[in-house]
Amino acid sequence: MLFKIAWRNIWRSPVRSWIIISALTVGMFAGIFSATFINGWMMQRLHDGVETETGHLQIFRDGYRKHPEVSVSFNSELATVVSENPLIKGISPRIMVQGMAASTETARGVKINGIDPDAEKAVLNLHEKIIEGDWFESPYKRPIVIGQKLAGQLQLKLKSRIILRFQDVDGNITGGAFRVAGIFKTNNTAFDEANVWVKKENLASLLGVSADKCHSLVVRLSDADKAMVVARELQSELTGMEVVPWKELSPELGYMTELGNTYLYLFVIIILLALGFGIINTMLMVVLERVREIGMLMSVGMSRRRIFLMIVLETVMLSSAGGMSGILLGMIAVWRLSYTGIDLSVWSTGLTEMGFDPIIYPEWDVALVLNIALLVVITGILASLYPAWKALKLKPSEAVRTI
Amino acid sequence: MSIITLNKIYKTYNSRQVPVHALKGVDLLFDEGEFTAIVGPSGSGKTTLLNILGGLDDPDSGDVIIDEVYVNRLSGNEKIKFRLNHIGFIFQAYNLIPVLTARENVEFILELQGVPKAERKKRSLQLLEAVGIPEKADVRPRQLSGGQQQRVAVARALASNPRFVLADEPTANLDSTSAENLLSIMHELNQQENTTFIFSTHDERVVKKARRVVTLQDGTIKDDKTI
Repeated sequence: MLFKIAWRNIWRSPVRSWIIISALTVGMFAGIFSATFINGWMMQRLHDGVETETGHLQIFRDGYRKHPEVSVSFNSELATVVSENPLIKGISPRIMVQGMAASTETARGVKINGIDPDAEKAVLNLHEKIIEGDWFESPYKRPIVIGQKLAGQLQLKLKSRIILRFQDVDGNITGGAFRVAGIFKTNNTAFDEANVWVKKENLASLLGVSADKCHSLVVRLSDADKAMVVARELQSELTGMEVVPWKELSPELGYMTELGNTYLYLFVIIILLALGFGIINTMLMVVLERVREIGMLMSVGMSRRRIFLMIVLETVMLSSAGGMSGILLGMIAVWRLSYTGIDLSVWSTGLTEMGFDPIIYPEWDVALVLNIALLVVITGILASLYPAWKALKLKPSEAVRTI
Repeated sequence: MSIITLNKIYKTYNSRQVPVHALKGVDLLFDEGEFTAIVGPSGSGKTTLLNILGGLDDPDSGDVIIDEVYVNRLSGNEKIKFRLNHIGFIFQAYNLIPVLTARENVEFILELQGVPKAERKKRSLQLLEAVGIPEKADVRPRQLSGGQQQRVAVARALASNPRFVLADEPTANLDSTSAENLLSIMHELNQQENTTFIFSTHDERVVKKARRVVTLQDGTIKDDKTI
């Protein structure tokens, strides 16, 4: 009967209850919407970073990351050994060197990635980001794929000649002419500006290293969440090598998701804190209005524990009604927007400079929603404590005669 | 045989400021099956006496002994339990739970006592029948007249099979017909069930029905008449 009384009590002042329920609904809607928006934003960046830039993990020779010398290479046959791990879906060996990319107009510092185009397709999705030309299908002797931003800076178009200069294995300046076969565009203009992609054999011959050598193996897993586990397993198997998961390759991606989650919870807690005071105010009014009734309940033998529970239940039901309807509304909005996306193209320049897609697709995180629902209930319980305590302080002999 | 003993009850309010001596050494005995009116002018100590009898307030000194239990020496929770199982309350302003129907109001006390659902339902309907409003069982208090609400309150007071019922000005808010009907019902229940009724009242109609009238004045017993 306590549940029945608590529920019916909520509707004794329907206007007041609707106001607090509406406030909770709007607050929770805002919380859920922001949570999924930021989650979607972060996950998109994470997805782009891992799928386009780093892969799930990379393998280097010990010391290469500290001193990326051309000579610190290893035989790409290691890929065969590594691929025995059942979680590995694709491996791409790379030769990498820092150099200058020059057109007839100007020059820029770039990282030159020598790849096997087919193997690279199996680990990253850069080939899907080609906006002009193709992914190494043109019959050029030395094809190169560059980013749109770099193409703009160097004033290059498809079929344009580009000169790459860098140090060979002996430390001598060398280089060669390449022809632009494809132009890509990712959501990260800094990446587009700083990376060029050439065939591994072309770069190897210019560097003076054997074509079967490489500086890194880029690995794609069947389950991205297993990156840390697989990295540990491979690390224990491969001596003299360094296996680096994406979180270490791009620590900013890991920090970003953690920061995003922290911000989300802070945001939701601030909303709930503000709403909590509203709930306390409402429930205090409820207690003050029902002094005589509470006095009567005490007089006829309702224990203090039950009176306390009745007020807590009423508050939790009130908070949950508002909280859950806000979550539900948020879910509907997010479900819709997860298809259409939220277009922030007005700020696209700034966003892409930081590597973010200007169209954000809000994304669910079930654990997050469950945690928010739990926080709503906890807020209800906490907000009920003071009004319930006030009720318990009443003296039945006085309360029962209150007008 | 006395079921209630009030032994040298003293009660003073505002003892640190302007003391009001509400009760000054009251000694009273109540037997089983009494139908007693406590009368006296405003401020004579009627309500204080009823509060102390019902364990809602403690005397400054003296003892309240009900069925050999020193009620004023019980802890807060023990008093609540004692009230639930031994005392029925009827209030001047009815004080029903507005969100529950008449039957649910009566059942509520039985639920606090832990009576099973089927038995609760049966007893609450019996009591509503006893007070003459079985057809109002599923009606909420605001849809009932004052007299009907007070009848529900009587049914609720009797739900727990109390040793005695304390009624504070039960007819004060009722018109004369409703008051007469209510008194008749309570009188009948007193006769049939031998339930002890103790009223505080100003109402002459109640006084006329009472078999014992205790008159209070300035916190002392001025008169104690059995009719």
